[in-house]
Amino acid sequence: MNQTVATSTAEQPLSELGKAQTRRKGQPRIFRSLRQNRLAVVSFFILVLILVAAVGAPLFAPHDPERGVLIDSKKPPMWAEGGSSDYLLGTDALGRDIFTRVLYGARISLIVGFTAVVLAGAIGITLGMLSGFYGGRIDDIIMRLADIQLAIPFILLAIAILAVLGQGLDKIILTLGISGWVTYGRVVRGQVLSWKEKDFVEAARAIGAKNGTIMFRHILPNTVASIIVIASFAVASTILAEASLSFLGLGVPPTTPTWGGMVASGRDYIITGQWWIYTFPGIAIMLTVLAINVVGDWLRDFLDPRLRL
Amino acid sequence: MFRYIIRRLLQSILVVIGVSILVFVILFQTGDPTLLMASPDATKEDLEQLRHNLGFDRPIYIQYLDFASDAVRGDFGTSLRQGQPVFDLVIDRVPATLKLALTAFVLSVVISIPVGIISATKRNSLADNAVMGFSLLGQALPGFFLGIMLIYIFGGKLGWLPSYGQGDGSLVSSIKHLILPAITLSTFSLARNARLVRSSLLEVLGLDFVRTARSKGLAERVVMYRHALKNALIPVVTIFGLEFGTLLGGAVITETVFAWPGIGRLVVLAIQQRDFPVVVGAVTVIAIVFVFINLAVDLLYGVIDPRVRYS
Repeated sequence: MNQTVATSTAEQPLSELGKAQTRRKGQPRIFRSLRQNRLAVVSFFILVLILVAAVGAPLFAPHDPERGVLIDSKKPPMWAEGGSSDYLLGTDALGRDIFTRVLYGARISLIVGFTAVVLAGAIGITLGMLSGFYGGRIDDIIMRLADIQLAIPFILLAIAILAVLGQGLDKIILTLGISGWVTYGRVVRGQVLSWKEKDFVEAARAIGAKNGTIMFRHILPNTVASIIVIASFAVASTILAEASLSFLGLGVPPTTPTWGGMVASGRDYIITGQWWIYTFPGIAIMLTVLAINVVGDWLRDFLDPRLRL
Repeated sequence: MFRYIIRRLLQSILVVIGVSILVFVILFQTGDPTLLMASPDATKEDLEQLRHNLGFDRPIYIQYLDFASDAVRGDFGTSLRQGQPVFDLVIDRVPATLKLALTAFVLSVVISIPVGIISATKRNSLADNAVMGFSLLGQALPGFFLGIMLIYIFGGKLGWLPSYGQGDGSLVSSIKHLILPAITLSTFSLARNARLVRSSLLEVLGLDFVRTARSKGLAERVVMYRHALKNALIPVVTIFGLEFGTLLGGAVITETVFAWPGIGRLVVLAIQQRDFPVVVGAVTVIAIVFVFINLAVDLLYGVIDPRVRYS
């Protein structure tokens, strides 16, 4: 029953599928698919915008992200009563500009989201490949390890690892990378199990290809579609996880602007009514995750409709 | 069947042992808690003595075996901070977390199934779009942000509901205190499950046996509830089972936001205070609960899906 993540068993490599349809209709399948999914296009656009905001934060940001002006503390957003045009989205308790910090926060979220997912993918693909290809004891050990890891709620595991490693951007990436490999591992293993029985693998072996070559040159390309889909959802859940850890004060040092940390700093001002301190970073997290999930949905429909996550 | 249960039980025990080793090793690296316990002007010799008394100077596998042999007898050691047995501390917190997680679980199941059914049967209607929109939104909302907004709106602005703690023990008060945290905790899983029920039902509705049932003139209601829904819920039950573990994890955040006195909050505090035995004990207990729920789901699976063979 451990097959909650069902695997695709397309008979034909997906790249071939795409080509056949491209030739038939004279227009790449990807554009037709995107035209039918306007929400995905909007989400792409939002993600590009967030990316630009993150990369260009030093250019666009009107203030210093880490140092505030204390006499300007807890100013409401520009349009609210008492707001000033200096501070578009208001300021926090230390007089730091919320807009600036939201822009800089995008950097942490995106860096952590993407690098941790790459790390988790690298670990998961390797272990899943070894597990499915060699089977036997290696398979047993790796899959039991996956079971053990799944028996500890993700966030608890991350908290425990971070407690050991301490604070820092590299540490949070390492933590989320280590705790996120299982999904890749299981899906890749499942796919390898079916692909390794195929004739082309037999043929490769017959002409003397080594195991490593068969695994990474012949089998891996066939699992790429699923991996891309898993990775896209994983970026969203990793960004959520990073925000949660930062909220708990376990992420990067507190002066560094992170969306989760900003929401946490607004907790003390819920009842006193300074809603802007936590609302804007909260919306930033939500919008980013939402956009990535929509794109992920589209990618799944496009690349690997039978993959269940 | 009997042999299958035994085998799965042994597997589960292995997983629990694995979890405890993993957590033990991870936390062993956090360094020496004696530094935090000793008074600031303790000499090096005092520290050595304390370390020796507490057994921290022994090799890690000896420490683990020691911990494990006590743990199977329900003794998880003593909290370094509070001086109480870890088992008592953890057990004290279990009811609060279970109350929160179970309420969230029930909310999620009871709402997501009918909502998913409506969504699937009235595909592309206004209701379906609303459900799918909610589902996307609910999966993107971080629990801590949702919790804070609920506190702001219902606790602060409207003043309808309390936003911290568990209440004074009376029934009305505890229900009132439970509402906001339970909504916060259940939203993510509710959003995901509604969508899962919908897609699972849509998949089944496209299958041949449903067409056959319809073509032999059965009432739509019979087709839906007798034929389609039963099959559609099979994958859903699996996810629901796994979901409970996710809720236990999510409870860490929810409990922090709402100052809810459960295991999650205990763990977060213990980590901040480097209270090593409490962390190991609490995480192990959560893992045990989680593993055995999975086992129960596995066995339940055979009851609802006769195709499953225990071998």
